[in-house]
Amino acid sequence: MNYTALAHFAQTWGLLYFVLIFAGVLVYALWPANRRRFEDAANIPLRED
Amino acid sequence: MATAIQRRPLSIGEGGLIAAMTVAALVCLIVVAKAEDQAMAFHAALATLASGAAAFLLIKRYTERGEAIPQEINGKPNYQLGPVKLATFFAVFWGLAGFLVGLVIALQLAFPVLNFDLPWTTFGRLRPLHTSAVIFAFGGNVLLATSFYVVQRTSRTRIAGELGSWFVVWGYNFFILIAGTGYLLGVTQSKEYAEPEWYADLWLTIVWVVYLLVFLATLWKRKEPHIYVANWFYLAFIVTIAMLHLVNNATIPVSVFGTKSYIVWSGMQDAMTQWWYGHNAVGFFLTAGFLAIMYYFVPKRADRPVYSYRLSIVHFWSLIFLYIWAGPHHLHYTATPQWAQTLGMTFSIMLWMPSWGGMINGLMTLSGAWDKLRTDPVLRMLVVSVAFYGMSTFEGPLMSIRAVNSLSHYTDWTIGHVHSGALGWVGFVSFGALYCLVPWLWNRKGLYSLKLVNWHFWTATIGIVLYISAMWVSGILQGLMWRSYTALGFLEYSFIETVEAMHPFYLIRALGGALFLIGAVIMAYNLWMTARHGEEAEAEPVGAGARLQPAE
Amino acid sequence: MLNRHEIFEKNSIVLLVGVLIVVAIGGLVELVPNFYLKSTIEKVDGMRPYTPLELAGRNIYVREGCYTCHSQMIRTLRDEVERYGHYSLAAESMYDHPFQWGSKRSGPDLARVGGKYSDDWHRAHLVNPRDVVPASIMPGYPFLAKTRLDIRQIAADLKTNALVGVPYDEAMIEAAVADLKAQADPENDGVDGLLERYPGANVRDFDGDPKMVTELDALIAYLQMLGTLVDFSTFDAKADVNIR
Repeated sequence: MNYTALAHFAQTWGLLYFVLIFAGVLVYALWPANRRRFEDAANIPLRED
Repeated sequence: MATAIQRRPLSIGEGGLIAAMTVAALVCLIVVAKAEDQAMAFHAALATLASGAAAFLLIKRYTERGEAIPQEINGKPNYQLGPVKLATFFAVFWGLAGFLVGLVIALQLAFPVLNFDLPWTTFGRLRPLHTSAVIFAFGGNVLLATSFYVVQRTSRTRIAGELGSWFVVWGYNFFILIAGTGYLLGVTQSKEYAEPEWYADLWLTIVWVVYLLVFLATLWKRKEPHIYVANWFYLAFIVTIAMLHLVNNATIPVSVFGTKSYIVWSGMQDAMTQWWYGHNAVGFFLTAGFLAIMYYFVPKRADRPVYSYRLSIVHFWSLIFLYIWAGPHHLHYTATPQWAQTLGMTFSIMLWMPSWGGMINGLMTLSGAWDKLRTDPVLRMLVVSVAFYGMSTFEGPLMSIRAVNSLSHYTDWTIGHVHSGALGWVGFVSFGALYCLVPWLWNRKGLYSLKLVNWHFWTATIGIVLYISAMWVSGILQGLMWRSYTALGFLEYSFIETVEAMHPFYLIRALGGALFLIGAVIMAYNLWMTARHGEEAEAEPVGAGARLQPAE
Repeated sequence: MLNRHEIFEKNSIVLLVGVLIVVAIGGLVELVPNFYLKSTIEKVDGMRPYTPLELAGRNIYVREGCYTCHSQMIRTLRDEVERYGHYSLAAESMYDHPFQWGSKRSGPDLARVGGKYSDDWHRAHLVNPRDVVPASIMPGYPFLAKTRLDIRQIAADLKTNALVGVPYDEAMIEAAVADLKAQADPENDGVDGLLERYPGANVRDFDGDPKMVTELDALIAYLQMLGTLVDFSTFDAKADVNIR
């Protein structure tokens, strides 16, 4: 393995990997159907037993 | 029913732990006899005593205990608070010790006579004692206490296992004892923030695996459908620290009866491994773990849900994803490959975004309740900690830029940066959490004195400001002096002239550290009075039934 | 799928695996290539493993936590090269377990301190730094001069280093104790053997105390060789194999 091959890999597949992960997280966080669940979860610390 | 209380049979966990501790005591006794250096003999003797005492206490507990501890009392979870209380106590204790040693070494840099020229009191041995005491002993116990508390409360269930959490807290603090006394005796790997030698590392690995299992098993038996986001951060902290610890501490001991070992990595590869570890100790121990505290204690204290739960999810994934790459920014212009330096710098700059996302999430949780900052000094402490988090996570990416780093590296600027994060963020968020926890744990109406919290807040804040501004000035000054040239093209200053120029700033820094220590002493007194003499809460809001438990 | 989004919130194992994957990839990509990319460690002449006495001295350097104030890494910056000498190469620390590059310079860099000062200077400086540098803030280490060097483990030290990749051969390990004593005593019969195994090693009574080999002997022997091994007259920084 040499430096050029590694750099090439990082600049293509590496970049794609980052973008996909970030997009996945955003979609997951903003998915409309998740909204109610997240609001419910946000209140967990405040619900006293 | 008038029948006598049925004694429960010995459980597998109990029996196993008793057997393990007995075997450990015997093995350590053999090591004492065959030890090749005095430090090993001393540590093995400590281990023999500790494991022997543990075995004895476990047997005693078995013979004295009554009915099974109920999982619930009156339909409410019977939270296990004993280990939380113990870790809280240790956190305050080690915090005071660690801050004190920090003050001592700050003074040593101003007045070298304070090294006393004895082996065990020189700066080189006390500095790791300070860093480990504040990060791993103080910070670690805060994380143990809060994680065991938060995971139970947000899962609405008693912690998994009866002995696991006790083992984790005692075992972890025994690791601290071995590591700390080792430094004084010259037992060190001399890898920054990973100084403990191979046998201490091995013991910590065992404790850490149990910690992970207890945490996971508690999540598995939770009554809430969701895993609250604070637990995500705790989990990432536990898992990642395990990975970092194992890779960075891969060593081969010279002898199993001696303290010395050699790390398997060498030179440049060791440097990369070390700073991959070192920076992520910051990222996952001092950031992810304490963000978990923020995500539970700030909403709880402000009595409103976190500003945006969605943001917290994006915050979580982008933070852990980016942090892991940032390490090589500690190695700019060194013999590390340039591609690694560039990678480290790029990710460090990107880290600015999730860090500030988290800060905004914490701060905005107070929107609509800002007035509470005036009346509640504990909440103020928590909020100021988040502000310090924002400040030092802005400074960090800045310092990771190669050109800036060429000036800041090797100077006190780095020390100042670390302390704005450590004192301002980690310190204050921990103090805030401790001020919340102690009344809850000991079932008190409130703190002994809010006025004293105010005093703590102001002495510590002034201390931090003095500390970090002194280090900014001295760091930038020294960096500039090192690279200063005369008109004829010669270096202007000898090294020792740049050392002399630091003296006044070292005095100011020591003063700042002293103020921070005084603040912590005030806190310790306040917490002690709260736990010992505070007014009982009328209802039983937290840990209902805690007092009904048999001694744990 | 995405509308079964509770996956993360509800399944701790999936969460755990997700975290592990994310953090492991970063580590793997950054760390692993350094073991395979050929240009990572430069091709140089002159590098040799530490002599037993130097290794013992290095272990004292490690024990005393010298890295908390001294770096051993000269950066590729003009002022550093002028102050301390040629910038440090990765090859120069390739036998270092652990590396001691350091992160803070409360004192000066030591990567090329070897040969800069006399043994006498080091002796005086280590016993009480302010005797030779009045403004120094370094602790004194008078106990080093009084402590006999513990050499019982030295062969095992070499052996363990060999296990982790340092090229100590059988002969070196066997002669460890003899080599250690020879280096601190120019009259010793073993000096020739030592120099054959470790070309160019300094052979002197480093601490000026012929009665015994002390920890001070070892530490000065280590300091006096730091940064002196590589032959820079044959080093070509522009060569393809050396571009990092």
